[in-house]
Amino acid sequence: MNKPTPTRDGFGEELVKIAKENEKILVVSADLEDATRAEYFKNAYPDRFFSVGIAEQDMVGMASGLTLQGFQCFVNSFAVFLTNRAYDMLRMDVCYNNCDVKVVCSHAGVTVGPDGASAQCLEDFALMRVLPNIKVICPCDVIEARKATRAISLEKGPMYLRTSRAPLPIVTKEEDTFIIGKANILKEGSDVSIIACGVMISEALSAAQKLQEQNINARVINLHTIKPLDEKTLIQAAKETGAIVTAEEHQIHGGMGSAIAELLAQKYPVPIEMIAVKDSFGESGTPEELLKRYHLKDVDIVQAVKQVLSRKK
Amino acid sequence: MNKNKPDITSLKKVAFQIRETILKMTNKAGSGHPGGSLSAVEILISLYAYKMKYDPKNPKWEGRDFLFISKGHTTPVVYAVLAQYGFFGKEELSTFRQLGSRLQGHVHQKVPGIEFNTGSLGHGLSVANGAALGAKLLKKDTKVFCLLGDGELQEGSNWEAAMTASHFKIDNICAIVDYNKVQENGPVEQIKSLEPLAKKWESFGWKAVEVDGHNFDEIFKALDDFDKCKDKPFVIIAHTIKGKGVSFMEGNRDWHGKAPNNEQLDKALKDLK
Repeated sequence: MNKPTPTRDGFGEELVKIAKENEKILVVSADLEDATRAEYFKNAYPDRFFSVGIAEQDMVGMASGLTLQGFQCFVNSFAVFLTNRAYDMLRMDVCYNNCDVKVVCSHAGVTVGPDGASAQCLEDFALMRVLPNIKVICPCDVIEARKATRAISLEKGPMYLRTSRAPLPIVTKEEDTFIIGKANILKEGSDVSIIACGVMISEALSAAQKLQEQNINARVINLHTIKPLDEKTLIQAAKETGAIVTAEEHQIHGGMGSAIAELLAQKYPVPIEMIAVKDSFGESGTPEELLKRYHLKDVDIVQAVKQVLSRKK
Repeated sequence: MNKNKPDITSLKKVAFQIRETILKMTNKAGSGHPGGSLSAVEILISLYAYKMKYDPKNPKWEGRDFLFISKGHTTPVVYAVLAQYGFFGKEELSTFRQLGSRLQGHVHQKVPGIEFNTGSLGHGLSVANGAALGAKLLKKDTKVFCLLGDGELQEGSNWEAAMTASHFKIDNICAIVDYNKVQENGPVEQIKSLEPLAKKWESFGWKAVEVDGHNFDEIFKALDDFDKCKDKPFVIIAHTIKGKGVSFMEGNRDWHGKAPNNEQLDKALKDLK
């Protein structure tokens, strides 16, 4: 039960459940439904599943057109192919027309592993969060992925959901609430706030434990929704802890950390350090090797906390 | 659906008025796209006067047919025709491209009768496929039309959509190519040829017909043929003239995205007669 599990599995499982409850749900796919787990839906509801072949632009356009007849459409692919290749369609068709399209991408971040840089999307948060009308969500474990899948379906309008290929440790509980736009505090603390999402949540929790041993009391915030930001929780963290470390499996530019910095620079400036990929492409390797190689581990967060505390007034 | 065949002489008068309106709208706005608007006048009139089901007082009527304007920059003709067929008052046309106006530079859903915002090329056909497939899933007898530019067909996304439509046997879609032979920087044939265009569509599994896109009878006949076409998508390649009706604009790329000034407007309006 507590076995590390890819969040893509949670998406695939929950999609089948909600599709049973809502017959207006369709899936349009571009030949990666096996990898994204949209295949579970295809097997359960073959008449509601449409593959346009390897044609991401067409997938997004057709899904948008289907919503004009009252359907809710899930599109899916690797994050690189959907957010990069089909960006104009996401901007024009989905967001500008405010269509009820759910954009679900697996294979983001360096934990994609051996395929290397071409498949390791490190810019999806940046690309998606600058588009009006869309909400951007990245669950941290399979339990949260199920809840996120249901939540994006229950709310009308464009949604972006990033799932993982790599198995992620279970860090949330079935009874935890999941509300889009409402961050969850996983550990209370008063010296510093570590704000993370996705795979970096378990690293953040591990870092907080290491810091506790050194009498540094870190708050850990699961920012599963990157847009819209939970401004209240973030400003409160800045006020109460006075220093922030952000941790994400994404480029350092334009992602979750940038979004938090944009907010706090305007509302309540405090020192911030960012754990993220530092303006480079990834490479082949195992997920664990790559997290180390790109300084995305708990020890890197610990070091960033010390750095930010030295800047704290 | 076949409406009573409209009187061609009166439609020619409507076409004349629409061309006047296109010229005046772009002149007033000081910008816009007259060339590709003047070429599509008869195509759009044919759809609204003869073929499409719609209720201008209830633009989102469930039983309507859909029209997607993939060449989303040709708003002058689209808005002029929508006003002509009662979707909104003609007086609003003078607000075209102004701050606060519903009549955005490129087509927008806030205009009654516009189904989808476009303006970046190569989007309409995929979206039209979706609307058409969705109607079939709901067992509605909706027809879906999609107006495409010729230069636009250089965008690869159209051909992704063309493959999809035939693969899924979407036979309630009718694409119409406004083949006016001129794009922003010159003749399509020189910039990147589309030929053999009908064969391209046919090889993608479509039924293709070619018409004189300024001849109502030919357009009507093609639209009737679309009604009879089963199990495959249908495309009308409408041979047109960019800037049609104004001698100094015809076939001239300079009028793709430029509005006539007052002097040019006077000259153009006289020329129309």
